Amino acid sequence: MTILLNRLVQAAMVAIIVGVSTFAMMRALPGDAAYRIAAGRYGYDNVTAAAADAVRAELGLDAHWFPALLQWLGDLVRLDFGVSLVSGQPVMQEIVHQLGASLWLALAAVGLSLLMGPPLGILAGLRPGGLLDRVLLVVSTGLKSIPQFLMALILILSVQMGWLPAAGYGQSRHFILPALALALGLAAVNARITRDAMARITEMPFYRFAGWKGLRHGQVLRRHGLRNVAVPLLTYLGLQFVTLIEGVVVIETIVGWPGIGHALVHAVFARDVPMVQGTALVLGLGFVLINTVIDLTVRRIDPRGRT
Amino acid sequence: MSKPLPALSRLLLAAAISVTLGTPMLAQNNATLSVVAPFEVLSPEPSIAGYIFTRMGIAETLVNADAEGRLLPGLATDWTASEDGLSWRFTLRDGVVFHDGTALTPAAVINALETARAKPGPLGDLPITAMEADGNTVVMTLSEPRAALPAFLAEARAQILAPDAYGADGMATAMIGTGPYQLTDLSPPLSLRASVFAPYWGDAPHVGNVTYAAVGRAETRALMAESGDDDFVFTLDPASVTRLGNSDAVEVLSVAIPRTLLLKVNAAHPFLSDIGARQALSLAIDRAGIAQAILRYPEGADQLFPPAIGAWHNEDVAPLTYDVAAAQALLADLGWTPGNDGVLMRDGERFALTLLTYPDRPELPLVAAVLEQQLRAVGIDVTINSTNSSEIPAGHQNGTLEIALLARNFALIPDPIGTVLSDFAPVGDWGAMGWDNAEIVELAQALARGEGDDADRARVTAILQEELPIIPIAWYQQTLAVAAGIEGATIDPWERTFGLQDLRKPE
Repeated sequence: MTILLNRLVQAAMVAIIVGVSTFAMMRALPGDAAYRIAAGRYGYDNVTAAAADAVRAELGLDAHWFPALLQWLGDLVRLDFGVSLVSGQPVMQEIVHQLGASLWLALAAVGLSLLMGPPLGILAGLRPGGLLDRVLLVVSTGLKSIPQFLMALILILSVQMGWLPAAGYGQSRHFILPALALALGLAAVNARITRDAMARITEMPFYRFAGWKGLRHGQVLRRHGLRNVAVPLLTYLGLQFVTLIEGVVVIETIVGWPGIGHALVHAVFARDVPMVQGTALVLGLGFVLINTVIDLTVRRIDPRGRT
Repeated sequence: MSKPLPALSRLLLAAAISVTLGTPMLAQNNATLSVVAPFEVLSPEPSIAGYIFTRMGIAETLVNADAEGRLLPGLATDWTASEDGLSWRFTLRDGVVFHDGTALTPAAVINALETARAKPGPLGDLPITAMEADGNTVVMTLSEPRAALPAFLAEARAQILAPDAYGADGMATAMIGTGPYQLTDLSPPLSLRASVFAPYWGDAPHVGNVTYAAVGRAETRALMAESGDDDFVFTLDPASVTRLGNSDAVEVLSVAIPRTLLLKVNAAHPFLSDIGARQALSLAIDRAGIAQAILRYPEGADQLFPPAIGAWHNEDVAPLTYDVAAAQALLADLGWTPGNDGVLMRDGERFALTLLTYPDRPELPLVAAVLEQQLRAVGIDVTINSTNSSEIPAGHQNGTLEIALLARNFALIPDPIGTVLSDFAPVGDWGAMGWDNAEIVELAQALARGEGDDADRARVTAILQEELPIIPIAWYQQTLAVAAGIEGATIDPWERTFGLQDLRKPE
């Protein structure tokens, strides 16, 4: 219960800090916001002083910042994110649509990485210094260090072989390429974390004792190994969601995925303040939510933290 | 050896072959044609993404234009102007229905155009004082003659949507057009789907369904074309054009369009106010080098308008050339002498300029980098500022802009007079700056009223060539990769349509 209460307070803090800081940052950006918004709305062929003036008048951009800040915080309390300055659509609607697309991609990537990384990590950790362990170290270091480059390679290879569509959205096969590109980087780290945890646990007296008392390897692993390995892995998974967003931004642009990373980048360029604020806020709260879920899960599988 | 078939069998066989071969060609099929282009479809609002809906054949305008820019009937079957040019009558096509089933009426047309006129854009600048319905005709009253009025009505922002398409604030909330394709799904900002609209007034399209996907990166678009997954991939980067040209899976089309890569010059800047200085800048630019090395076009632009715009391309002007020695001589005449670092000096001032450009078109920063080198060769020190496109109109307005590299579309309206009027009579956000030429203003206004002729157009282009308020560098080519098996693909140089209704794709 205290966890939930703590996290609720944390969520409120995140909302206020993200809200105020995005507001301040968007105000502090150089350049005339009316022109930037007009360029985002009408495109570079049609952005003119007349269009910028119309935008300025429509949005009241000349007004003082303080009432605008109060207005935004007031709307925030009512969970009203307003409408996008560029598209005119409600921000909430756009976020739900785009976050949904990103979330599915992220889940597919995490799912795929969990299928690849931890099993290999466990096998390597059971025999530290073995062939698999050494190969895995090299491969995972390599994968982690060249994600975009690798992405390009997979793209070109799969397109030329006719295996996969280069880009697109809407069908399940469109998931494969971006999810795989993200998952390889995640799996590289997953595997290392699992391997280290596994290697540490096999050294522990309780684990060795389980073997001495006559349990078979598989039994020891299932009864005494997996749960222990899961704790650092899950904790790290929470962190991975954060790094995942970073990868998602890049991948979404490359494969034309209508996700939140893509939306955030474009909103910043077009000075679409409500969209930036809404997106940053939802992402911030999303991290709090993910961490809460991870905390609760870890507490369930690891009795040591309970009082 | 087989026996010759009896006559009846031969007849039946011929009929069977013609049916099997002919049917998919004649009737519309259930295939899906996928279009990929860089433009995001942010909303159904015509002023924001309207051009995508006209290009996809979902929304239509009163007037259409062919590949030569000649105006053709659209939702209006014909139009006439009164003797004094102040009253225009547009007769609407009979039997047109919107995608929501309501009929196209003069009231609906007036509603759509009034809504469009309330938003920023060329339509709002037209001197229209009233629009009224008269039977099946829309009557527009002008406060001064505007011969190009029908061309303004061919632009995407003048598209006619059903009254229910617009929200209370005049922004379209739904796409209810009259085109051969009806929107079935819109997922801003990247995709839409549409299917054939059976009650369409014109010829039914051959392909039953179309999809559109916005993909920002040119390299990704080229890969999509190469994979054969997408049928109609618009706008390719120069390197991909070369690569895809060698592929059997796609055909690459390329057409010169009325878009010019040019250098906008602040003619009020003390270094650039003299015609000689602007001519020197122009002489310092190796247009053929830029065109061939960066854009992979055969040649650069030797005047503002490409040959594709027949009426405005002037065969008689002296072509812009590349001559470093002549540029240096002109600058020396203006009192510039090379300083210690090779940069020209005059009265203790360095010839240093800031060049604004924007990365929305990926070739612009590359061309800017080459220009920096070429201008340095004549002693002009250029600093590149690659920023948001809106910095150019903003810099124009507050007078801080020095030079800017940009790609100007002269055919937003299929009659370049609209852009000439907004850019050079006498200045414009994307055109001339700090420049004042009474003659061109008078000529352009007369042409806009419908009073001038080709000699006046030639005089306008001659003035631009002589005074160089903007310095043309290259004429753009639009590129398109079409999957093998698709028939009938063309590029509309005026960028009004993808021509999807004329395409054939085997099922």
